[in-house]
Amino acid sequence: MKKHNKMAGQYVSASLLVALFAVLPVSGCISLEAPDEPIVIELNINISQEVVYRLDNDAKALIDDNEDIF
Amino acid sequence: MVDLSTKVSFALVPVAAVALFFSPAVVSAQSMTYKSAKAAGVIGEKPDGYLAVVNGGNADARRVVDSVNIKRKAKYTELASQKGVTVQEVALSTGCNLITKLQPGQKYMTPSGQWKSRDGSPPERDARCP
Repeated sequence: MKKHNKMAGQYVSASLLVALFAVLPVSGCISLEAPDEPIVIELNINISQEVVYRLDNDAKALIDDNEDIF
Repeated sequence: MVDLSTKVSFALVPVAAVALFFSPAVVSAQSMTYKSAKAAGVIGEKPDGYLAVVNGGNADARRVVDSVNIKRKAKYTELASQKGVTVQEVALSTGCNLITKLQPGQKYMTPSGQWKSRDGSPPERDARCP
């Protein structure tokens, strides 16, 4: 009976250990979750340059169509 | 007599045109227009697509600048909403072209805020200009 109890105790502690190892990586993953707020990368200068380049022909047309103010 | 005076007045046309172009003094307060002030270098183009008075100027020059800038902003706003971009982006893109189109002797502001006259060399423009 005593032996059986000891065996059972070993079994319990071993399964606890396994459970602990099984949970550890999972909890690790949870702690690495992305924040709720979106990650903002400041690209204003690059966006502006791309847009300015894209608007070049429209700007030329605007100047030609409104000679009195350009 | 009529023929002679007609010939004389026609002969004076290029002289008057040259004088008007090269002399800022000819741009009197009463007759100052956007084109004459710009040709005389009294007002100049800024990198942001708007006009400014060069080196102080006078009240008439400021009136011309304000009047044209309001009309420009209206056009920039219209195009910006059509294209889904900001007014500043349209204005900057137009400013790039306006400075390039200036005639030699006309004034523009460099990105560092200094007034310069256009000459044969490429103008100093915003780094984002194409």
